Amino acid sequence: MNVPALLRRWWPALVLVVLVLLPYSALPLPGLLDGPIGSPGSLQLLALCLVFGALATGYDLLLGRTGLLSFGHALYFAAGTYATGLLLTQAGLNFWLAAALGLLAGLALAALLGSVSLRMTGIGFAMVTLAFAQAGSILVQRDPGGVTGGEEGLAATGLPASLVGIQHTANLYWIALAYLVVTLAAVQWAVRSPIGRVWEGIRENERRVEVLGLRPYGFKLVAFVLAGALAALGGVVYLLLTGGATPQTTTSDFTLSLLVMVVLGGSGTRWGPLVGGVLYTWAEHRLASLAGSGTIAGLPSVLRVPLSQPLFLLGVLFVIIVYALPGGVAGLPARLRIRAVSRGAQA
Amino acid sequence: MSTVVLLGVTGLGLGALYFLVASGLSLIFGLMDVLNFAHGALLSVGAYATWWAASHSFGFPLALLFGTAVGTLAAVALELGLIRPLYRRPREQVLATVGVGLAVPALLSAIWGADARTFPVPAALAGTFTLLGASVPVNRLVLIGAALVVLLALRLFLGRTRHGLVVRAGVEDRAMVTALGIDVRRAFTLVFAIGGAAAALAGGLAGLYFGSVDPTQGSALLIFGFVVVVMGGLGSVGGAAVACVVVGLVQQFANYYSTAGLGDLSVVVMLAVLLLVRPSGLTGRLA
Repeated sequence: MNVPALLRRWWPALVLVVLVLLPYSALPLPGLLDGPIGSPGSLQLLALCLVFGALATGYDLLLGRTGLLSFGHALYFAAGTYATGLLLTQAGLNFWLAAALGLLAGLALAALLGSVSLRMTGIGFAMVTLAFAQAGSILVQRDPGGVTGGEEGLAATGLPASLVGIQHTANLYWIALAYLVVTLAAVQWAVRSPIGRVWEGIRENERRVEVLGLRPYGFKLVAFVLAGALAALGGVVYLLLTGGATPQTTTSDFTLSLLVMVVLGGSGTRWGPLVGGVLYTWAEHRLASLAGSGTIAGLPSVLRVPLSQPLFLLGVLFVIIVYALPGGVAGLPARLRIRAVSRGAQA
Repeated sequence: MSTVVLLGVTGLGLGALYFLVASGLSLIFGLMDVLNFAHGALLSVGAYATWWAASHSFGFPLALLFGTAVGTLAAVALELGLIRPLYRRPREQVLATVGVGLAVPALLSAIWGADARTFPVPAALAGTFTLLGASVPVNRLVLIGAALVVLLALRLFLGRTRHGLVVRAGVEDRAMVTALGIDVRRAFTLVFAIGGAAAALAGGLAGLYFGSVDPTQGSALLIFGFVVVVMGGLGSVGGAAVACVVVGLVQQFANYYSTAGLGDLSVVVMLAVLLLVRPSGLTGRLA
């Protein structure tokens, strides 16, 4: 095999090695990151990007692979965060035990609510998942038992010393990276398994799958529980990264931002949701700090006011993507290739 | 007794707001199969336009009219500019409305700040009146009255006009209407205009009801708008009217007689249970 062919086959491994070694790098990326790559601030942002890239990949298991439009994915993410956080602050458990139980709680919740809401299809399913997630969000924010911290959020206690503090950001970064690898591997393995083929069939034509003698319900439930468990695991990682839980992660807006990430990157593709999640998270943080910088403050108010709101820019960008790039960012190379070929044919 | 009356009237007032949001959502979904996530943005546009006009010494009725007009224009612009080019791609239509629903509240908070702005409530609507021993704020009556007028107007429009007939037929079976040689898509803009007007009116009245406007009001009301639409049966204005009364009353009474927040919770749980028992909603329309 020659070098380009090797590269084409093994580039993910190469990228992974680079990502693992990033904390040792002092390379500055002016414009992209505030400090050098290895600085705690940059590592924190990179870790958040990886977590959201992985979350979007898990969400796409429902949206792009099985064709299920769930508006309640935030619930399972928040279940992982809050269950772990509560076990730490209220029961004073060891972190690893609390994390395992938190993951289990998210999985059980996804299995329970998934088995109920999957009795509906289409828009009814979307609405039931929205209703359940909204119920969870209200519970967390109104805080009836006085344990979730309401709108203030929850600060985790009793975390292992090697995972707390600015000098240990690299450890958190590696955990986020590990979560991403686990998610990518799980999604890839599941999609290629026989169950994954049935998911593809359900996405294309559910009636046809039934005619073939298979019951879509069970297959959809497997997808729902797997995606829910991956989200709960992401919630645990998020708890470590931010040192606590915030009620913003329970809202329907959070699920909508996952939807935006997936569509931005390209739904139903291997790398698309990851790219979308990383881009969205990076843009949201960088645009926010850009808004406070001198470059924007010097502009006339017609430009300055809209540019100061990251969500405005992301919303507009999203609409543009929906129009101009239906396959998302992941579909861009193929589109360019087709354009180049057709131009070559004309010439 | 006086508490029950007060809670009842307040619940109906809240239900009136939900109805104004839900009636447009329901028609848009019924006719076009588009779940309009930008509906909350239209409500916020109406709320801010009304607030702006009212604090620039327009009278309240004039300000409300101005807000509704701005909301209607915004809805028509949304339909013509963003929804129409995507007629053959229903999923992208929904995604486009999601983008607008993100961008518009962000823009509003960029211009007027993320904090709530006090709504200048006119003196005539700030007081209370006595009903069966309870002193009820006058603005609840304004809300209920507005919702009843909109309900009546929609009924007359849908039942007595040719355009209304096309809309009703389109909700029932779009393919058949198209097969009869009628261009249903002309009705899409009309339905969006009606929905936008009702949502913007709801925005202005929400300013009156809550005493303030803020950029997130729209999306908060939109969730309950969805609940009402689904409970009432998608595409049915009458079903939405029944559902909004139920939702508003249950929410108020449960919030008062148990911990705050339980009312909101019971409403969404009610939706989940209803959908699982009767997937087609209260009126038995297709879901």
